[in-house]
Amino acid sequence: MQNINDPKQLLVSAIETGTVIDHIPAITLFKVIKILGLDKIRNQITFGTNLDSKTDGKKAIIKIAGKFFEDDDINRIALVAPNAKLNIIKDYKVIEKRVVSVPDTITAIAKCMNPKCITNFEKVTTRFRVVSKKPVALRCHYCEKITDQERLEII
Amino acid sequence: MKTKSLVSIDDLSTDEIMEILKLAAEFEKDPIRDILRGKVVATLFFEPSTRTRLSFESAVNKLGGKVIGFTDSSSSSVTKGETLNDTIRTVNNYVDLIVMRHPIEGSARYASEISTVPVINAGDGANQHPTQTLLDLYSILKTQGTLDNLNICMVGDLKYGRTVHSLLIAMSQWKTTFNFVAPEELMMPEEYKIYLKNRGLDYYETADLNEVINMADIIYMTRVQRERFSDPMEYEKVKNAYVLHDHMLADTRPGMKILHPLPRVNEINTDVDANAKAYYFEQALNGVFTRQAIICTLLGLK
Repeated sequence: MQNINDPKQLLVSAIETGTVIDHIPAITLFKVIKILGLDKIRNQITFGTNLDSKTDGKKAIIKIAGKFFEDDDINRIALVAPNAKLNIIKDYKVIEKRVVSVPDTITAIAKCMNPKCITNFEKVTTRFRVVSKKPVALRCHYCEKITDQERLEII
Repeated sequence: MKTKSLVSIDDLSTDEIMEILKLAAEFEKDPIRDILRGKVVATLFFEPSTRTRLSFESAVNKLGGKVIGFTDSSSSSVTKGETLNDTIRTVNNYVDLIVMRHPIEGSARYASEISTVPVINAGDGANQHPTQTLLDLYSILKTQGTLDNLNICMVGDLKYGRTVHSLLIAMSQWKTTFNFVAPEELMMPEEYKIYLKNRGLDYYETADLNEVINMADIIYMTRVQRERFSDPMEYEKVKNAYVLHDHMLADTRPGMKILHPLPRVNEINTDVDANAKAYYFEQALNGVFTRQAIICTLLGLK
């Protein structure tokens, strides 16, 4: 539960209704924003980054007012924020907590690391089968090469 | 439902592979037929591969079909900057089937998703070349009478060799024992060894061909290319260790056959050619029958 008297909690203001995404690695915050298309919606969004976290080093948090996500949409961020936790907020209260899980297939988010892959030459929507979830390893539907966590780039 | 294409050997189940091999045997008995009369096949070779192209064109011609296409991208609209997408969308209006060779990996899969007619991948960069794998399987089946319980010795460049990787995956459907003979720098990649382990299949690695040659039912030779070595001295050291000579075959199994995807440079000495165990030119002929079978299967013709 949030304690509004705790000055750390005040770094990012509370929302009445919406979704709080916590435990995002600070370095992937902007990837998460891009994957969820938060840069294109009109909802009020506040975020904080480089916050201290006991478990994740530097973390980021995003609060989106008036917005709820389907599992399929939110799981897309699992590639870059595998430990992200969602708090669904109504009337300033957390009514539900959710975690993300890496889906079995990844479409249109990741870039194939193979420079000779067709997806890096023509306008082809990338598609991958997830062959390992932790650490993430993706097999390209087109060139069949593996893109691993280290070389993972978000389009 | 999309049209059926052949992009990767994984697209075929073991049953489908056996069906194609069975059909190839029928074409071998009687290769001149009028099944493709009125059909037009495109051979789109964005990079040259004379052997593969001629094999496909021979397969189509013998069945009464016609072939149109280009032999390298300099003679096509690619040089004007046309995308693969546009080339395929245009060409599929003219033909009943597309055979395509392209240097970019995944290009054939992409083409198969765009095309309204079946696409056969005749090689997409270092990725897949499934008709080669099928003709290899046909050659093994024909010479050994079975695909089960064979000892296959793969020699040469096992690291970059696309044909050996696909053949390994295909043969691992059966109880196959593999011997990998390669210089240190060109050993079979770890992922394929893990694949075999997971399937419970035995494999052995050695740098010395003589150690395993007498156990083999099939010797699959590949070319060791100088440009694969980071250190040219290494190449000089190993280049003669992976050359097959006739005298090495003295104690090999009587039914053993030597395969090679061709072109050969010097890895099989020409004195082997006269040996009854040399099979690489027949293997090339089998390619025509196998491709006839593949084309007819994809077009739903018998």
